[in-house]
Amino acid sequence: MSEIASRLQHHFANEEQQYDAATFGMWVFLVTEIMFFGGLLTAYVVYRTAYPEVFATASHHLNVYLGTFNTIVLIGSSLTMAMAVHSARLNQRQKLAVYLILTMILGSVFLGVKAYEYTHKWHEGLFPGNFFYAGPDAVHQRLFFSVYFALTGLHATHMIIGIGIMLVILRMSMKGRFDETWYTPVEITGLYWHFVDLVWIFLFPLLYLIQRHG
Amino acid sequence: MSKHRYDPQATVRAYIMVFACLMIFTALTVAAAFVDLGAMNNAVAMAIAATKAVLVAMIFMHLRGGSPLNVLWISSGIFGFVIMIAFPLLDLLSRNILGIPGK
Repeated sequence: MSEIASRLQHHFANEEQQYDAATFGMWVFLVTEIMFFGGLLTAYVVYRTAYPEVFATASHHLNVYLGTFNTIVLIGSSLTMAMAVHSARLNQRQKLAVYLILTMILGSVFLGVKAYEYTHKWHEGLFPGNFFYAGPDAVHQRLFFSVYFALTGLHATHMIIGIGIMLVILRMSMKGRFDETWYTPVEITGLYWHFVDLVWIFLFPLLYLIQRHG
Repeated sequence: MSKHRYDPQATVRAYIMVFACLMIFTALTVAAAFVDLGAMNNAVAMAIAATKAVLVAMIFMHLRGGSPLNVLWISSGIFGFVIMIAFPLLDLLSRNILGIPGK
């Protein structure tokens, strides 16, 4: 019991209060992340409202199959992450390791597909820069691709950071830092990863699925 | 570490159910994008995305059964986000409605 008591910081009344404070702190951070992505989303909304047709044309340069595949992969990684937190809560160290590694693999698959898409866009001249060309209305198509690269780039950066955090969690778990009474860092990492999934749930229809029927 | 007793089987079942729902909604949003619904296309896509987001937040992120303070805080965050989106639109969409140059 002495070990459990040592994990309770003296400024908290009990374990539950400490846990609630930790998760609330993470949610505070996640709301700042909503604002972080929100600025770019505002740019997206304003430009799409101003040039709806051009945004639809530009969006059709994106591959729906790859986008859908990545959505499935990322939601799958959210499931494995949830299972990792579940395993941590039951103090099943081996399962926790397996689920964390699975989550990292799925995250890497997502990033790999994203890298392939970026390379393809770069070769097609769709990266906003000196050699940008996307047919008619290039000036406004450029706005779409600026927002596309900024949003997906920021999202991919978050995923790379997430995989890094998972490596740290995996190491902590292998050192036996967690048990059923204290697994807060695993839960917090889960919150972060699910948030990254949440962002993609909105980015996918906003970027890939504009007027596909036309 | 909630006050309630932790039920491992029910938790895993809930996670798998949520995953299945998310897959169905993903298929639905892709299918809906290829049907001409006029102005409703975007509304449908956003409604599906919001439903998926609520499922992830409630079950995967443990808002359900967690501290109500989290829900209050996130709601205020989303309110701020809506203001951020709505006010530029208010400006953009109300330009030239009076037909007077510069108003």
